[in-house]
Amino acid sequence: MRAFSLQRLFAVLAKEFIQMRRDRLTAAMVLGIPVLQLMLFGFAINLNPKNLPTAVSVDDPGRFSRSILAALVNSSYFQIVGQTNSPKEARRLLDQGKVTFVVEIPANFTRDVVRGLQPSLVIEADATDPAAGSYALAAFTALATSALRDDLVGPLAARAQGPPPFQLVTHLLYNPESNTQYNIVPGLLAIILTMTMVLLTCLALTRERERGTYENLLAMPATPLEIMLGKIAPNILIGAIQSAVILLVARFVFAVPMLGSLALLGAALIVYIVALLAVGYAFSTIAENQLQAMQMTVFFLLPSILLSGFAFPFMGMPRWAQWLGEILPATHFLRIVRGILLKGIGLREIWPEVWPLLLFLSAVMTIAVMRFRRTLD
Amino acid sequence: MNGGLAIDVKGLTKRFGNKLAVDHVDIAVPEGEVWGFLGPNGSGKTTTIRMLCGLLRPDEGSGTCIGYDVRRQAEAIKRNVGYMTQRFSFWEDLSIRENLEFVARIYELTDRQRRVRAMLEQLGLERRQAQLAGELSGGWKQRMALGACMLHDPKLLLLDEPTAGVDPQARRDFWEQIHGLSARGLTVLVSTHYMDEAERCDRIVYILNGKLVAGGTVAEVIAQSRLITFIVSGENVRRFSDRLRAQPGVEYVAFFGAVLHVSGHDRNLLQRALQQIQEDEDVQVEEAQPSLEDVFIQLQEKAA
Repeated sequence: MRAFSLQRLFAVLAKEFIQMRRDRLTAAMVLGIPVLQLMLFGFAINLNPKNLPTAVSVDDPGRFSRSILAALVNSSYFQIVGQTNSPKEARRLLDQGKVTFVVEIPANFTRDVVRGLQPSLVIEADATDPAAGSYALAAFTALATSALRDDLVGPLAARAQGPPPFQLVTHLLYNPESNTQYNIVPGLLAIILTMTMVLLTCLALTRERERGTYENLLAMPATPLEIMLGKIAPNILIGAIQSAVILLVARFVFAVPMLGSLALLGAALIVYIVALLAVGYAFSTIAENQLQAMQMTVFFLLPSILLSGFAFPFMGMPRWAQWLGEILPATHFLRIVRGILLKGIGLREIWPEVWPLLLFLSAVMTIAVMRFRRTLD
Repeated sequence: MNGGLAIDVKGLTKRFGNKLAVDHVDIAVPEGEVWGFLGPNGSGKTTTIRMLCGLLRPDEGSGTCIGYDVRRQAEAIKRNVGYMTQRFSFWEDLSIRENLEFVARIYELTDRQRRVRAMLEQLGLERRQAQLAGELSGGWKQRMALGACMLHDPKLLLLDEPTAGVDPQARRDFWEQIHGLSARGLTVLVSTHYMDEAERCDRIVYILNGKLVAGGTVAEVIAQSRLITFIVSGENVRRFSDRLRAQPGVEYVAFFGAVLHVSGHDRNLLQRALQQIQEDEDVQVEEAQPSLEDVFIQLQEKAA
């Protein structure tokens, strides 16, 4: 017998090609998914986010205030979504992540500019994701010299020369040193869990099907709900251990601040973990074999990384991509974990992110139970 | 129950796409009997059994299984029927005991520990209870599977080729178990390809291309077939089989042991064919009772 035979090699090759051709769905996924993803992420991702939601607090009715606001909008980096006179309300909007910036124009701003008193113009930025707002902050700095140029004419022309007519004050909130790790490490908790939890359950039923034990399971009186909960529950423990390890590393290796309640974070984690396990289980009710289940998992993981606000600024994405992102549990959990750890917010502030998780969880579980066929038809 | 019938179905039909897998099958099995379900591969045995135990929804037909409607009461049937799948379908990464305990819990059995222990004892599995199911040989796997589907005290056992790939000793033990259970009032429907197993059944039904084509006791099935079989013996008789097969009236020739079975329905034609051979060669011919296998192979050949 020869050590290497081209004919034998060809025999194996031919067999593999035949089998590849038979598994049409897998082949379609291998070809279709990359194209879909290229289009999706190619159009969705934007590293220079514009139209960031901004709240303004204007205490000065003068014309310079209006000019400043107009300049903000014209820069295309800021989109004014709210106006408030209460610093408390402004902070609440920042805490909840409703706005990325709050711009405060103090009382008598116009008068003080005219008098050459150099009043301060304050911008507060949510710096949990330092990258998201950096271009906008740079644009804001440029406003200082240009915003009032058209107004400072005639007797005020002198103000346009020399020192800027007002002082710019930037407050970086939540992450004053713009430490990227403070943003990435809590985000990784969301992403690592997405990867592992979905993987844990995506084979739950496909494995039973491939091993032939599925028929036995169906022949016994267990209901689809019992089977689903029974298969999901033990994995919650694995998710909890994994989360604990990640949080310990975050605390003691990366020194990530943990301002909020860890118990609250734990409760939110359990909701998040169960939602992800349910996704994996739902995949296993749909996939015909293990390879398909794995592909579905990858198909779910990529948008969770790219569209959730983990890798790229959420606010920078076009509206349709944000809607897609809002469906994903990772998007909401990212806001929860960053909010609790870096902003120290409580249940009231995270609730807008918790109920979408619960809704997602119930929807996915309903799909899984309905997809579970009680007969072999 | 239902006039003493454990299974009473009429017109059971199942289609897969355009293929008619089971075609208007009627089965009525009295309580406490052991029925053999025979037929070639792909003839619809497994599909019929799955419809009986609620794993497939019949497209047509109606009836009851241990008194529950096969169309509407699949869940009640599952609770009262023991179904043993053709392929071993217990968890190979669980031990024998763990498998049985799992089943006991799923059926919400009271007194779980005692029942599992009793079943292990009954099947002689105590010494192996800690062994992983995947490590067992075919015979032990089958024994464990029987134990697992008996655990909840079903009134009816549906066994789908339980002895395929099992050695003769284990097959014999298995049938002893089945007869023991039947003596205690359990009804059994068992599909098989083995003729000796068919002969251990009270009655048999034979399914071909989704239709029941024969049924009754073994003697009845043989008589119904009106098949005539001659046994041809002599030196090297096998070499005449092609020649005999070519003769008119010879429907089927098979080599059993060291003799040829030559079967057909027309006595005159058969005898004429055999006379020709006898004139040319030194062979002995005598008429014999056709065996069950003769009957089945002839049925199958006729259909093809």
